[in-house]
Amino acid sequence: MKILELLINGLSIGGTYAMIALGYTMVYGIAKMLNFAHGDVIMVGGYTMFVMMSLMGNPILALLCATVLCVVLGVTIEKLAYKPLRGASPLAVLITAIGVSYLLQSTAQMIFGSSPKMVNLISMKPINIGALRIEGYVVVTLVASVIIMTILTLFIKYTRIGRAMVAVSEDKGAAQLMGINANAIITLTFAIGSALAAFAGFFMLVKSPSLSNTMGAMPGIKAFTAAVIGGIGSIPGAMLGGILIGVVEAFSLSVESIAPYTDAIEFLILIIILLVRPSGILGKKRREKV
Amino acid sequence: MKKNIKWNHYLNYIIIGALTVVFSAMSLTGTLSRLSYVLLQNISIAIILSVSLSVVVGFLGELSLGHAGFMCIGAYLGGKVSSLLLPAFGESLINVIISMAVGGILAAICGVIIGLPALRLRGDYLAIVTLAFGEIVRSIFMNSSPESFGGSFGLQTPRYDRTYLFIVGFVVVLICLAVIQNMMRSKHGRAITAIRDSEIAARATGINVTKYKLIVFTVSSFFAGVAGVLYSFTQSNVQSVNFSYNYSIEILVMVVLGGMGSINGAIISATLITFLDVQLQTILTGDLAVLQDFFYAIILIVIVIYNNAPGLKNFRDKYNFKNFTEKLFKKKNNPAHMTDDEAKWNRVPSKILVDEVLSTKIQRDPTASVKPDKEGK
Repeated sequence: MKILELLINGLSIGGTYAMIALGYTMVYGIAKMLNFAHGDVIMVGGYTMFVMMSLMGNPILALLCATVLCVVLGVTIEKLAYKPLRGASPLAVLITAIGVSYLLQSTAQMIFGSSPKMVNLISMKPINIGALRIEGYVVVTLVASVIIMTILTLFIKYTRIGRAMVAVSEDKGAAQLMGINANAIITLTFAIGSALAAFAGFFMLVKSPSLSNTMGAMPGIKAFTAAVIGGIGSIPGAMLGGILIGVVEAFSLSVESIAPYTDAIEFLILIIILLVRPSGILGKKRREKV
Repeated sequence: MKKNIKWNHYLNYIIIGALTVVFSAMSLTGTLSRLSYVLLQNISIAIILSVSLSVVVGFLGELSLGHAGFMCIGAYLGGKVSSLLLPAFGESLINVIISMAVGGILAAICGVIIGLPALRLRGDYLAIVTLAFGEIVRSIFMNSSPESFGGSFGLQTPRYDRTYLFIVGFVVVLICLAVIQNMMRSKHGRAITAIRDSEIAARATGINVTKYKLIVFTVSSFFAGVAGVLYSFTQSNVQSVNFSYNYSIEILVMVVLGGMGSINGAIISATLITFLDVQLQTILTGDLAVLQDFFYAIILIVIVIYNNAPGLKNFRDKYNFKNFTEKLFKKKNNPAHMTDDEAKWNRVPSKILVDEVLSTKIQRDPTASVKPDKEGK
């Protein structure tokens, strides 16, 4: 019973990670860049929800506002910071992304101060099924992440825009020759990624209501780890990696002697997987051409 | 002319050496303030860190976000060795040297370990692996038992006399410069920059990419470790919290600000940023401290976009530091500073010159083509 409980917990944590990892992996697949600031978009969404909750008190409305703001922010970052660097060396883009991440964190600290804020979005009673006891937020997160991921998969598989996204990520030049507006697709990808980040922020805050300017940093890095483990650029890979990391985290946190090393264990898995399979579990191997 | 170039090559050693001598003299006569000791120590540590990171980022072209992790290894292990040696050697120079060597070598071994995956990974993957490595190191030291490395309380390290610690720091800076600068100016350095420009092409010309990547990681992490040991000497208590990846990013800011691929740039920006850090610490307290991070972030973004954006190439060619200094010092358009030849070329617009040449050709002896030249002139 204990193991089943942990597994469900892990799946719910993994659902949140997978949502963040999807943002990383889609942007990486299409723009070929590691959006280091993605984790901090979550944080911005979190603060928006905090402000909206204190103004209106409706969690759904707060989530909507946060989603809109995150989308605007994600697109703005893309236009201002990343677009000028399209075609520049990957190192330059990565350093800019780190700069943006730093900028968002320090801006949030300037506005809201460094002390953590508490925000109570929704509170739910735990559910008991026989001897199984599951927290309410776990169920909500699990159900919501399954729904969101299903919608995303269907969107990418069956709509014109979704297939255009796949085309751009496979071969940008060829996609442009087929009449796809690659710049618009990249912007859209950032928008979708940021919206997912806002949702992930919501579930993170439901789980632990403490909000600080670095709340997105560690989950962001872990989600990127998840995306890399699953094979970056691959959407099912991001989901798989996120769930793997989530389950590992839940199990490792439950064992007292290794709980402090949880982060280290997750990163160690990343290093080992990259050593064995440098392109991740579901990633395609790309041969570098001259 | 050849002698001039050589002087330029050694100018940074000379300046740093001279400043060290001056400050040591001031320190011995007791005219340095407490703040200047802190400043000098921190500057020497920052220079070692940024120069050693610039080898990886600027010359090899790989992003390492684990530099603080290597420093952490050096600080903890070197500090531990130093406190173990304390009964035998006391706070002597031998103790300092042994613990720096141990800290550096252990960090270098970790550099080899992290260099091994680096051989298979590039770019973003490597960045995330080095970041992961730094966090693993930090979490290991954070959760260590209080007897071994102090755990969450931090490691107690012996605190050395300020009056000579910064001199040791600057001697290490000189050694670090000697090693890295000479490596970069040798055939090995050219091989490393070749790998940065195109790994496949470098491999095709017979460069052992694996070997050079390992060398770079080892050298870089060695000096990061030594800097960590120095850092542990300046603190009575080494806290693992200080070595989070934010610190790695701070070092990265120094490297980027100084100009990637420029050792002197790394030295200057490390000095400048540390100077500002220490000076601003007294002004920007509490919530204001975040302003500094805010401006670092903006500077980082603006500099990288300015230096790398493909769309800004013309702008960059027009307004750059080189042109600016040339205007400032050489005053190219001022005839008083020009040689006669330069003045002539500047005064005559090129179009008129071309017309002149053309017209002289046409006018030159119209009968020449009629009469073939028999003398074979």
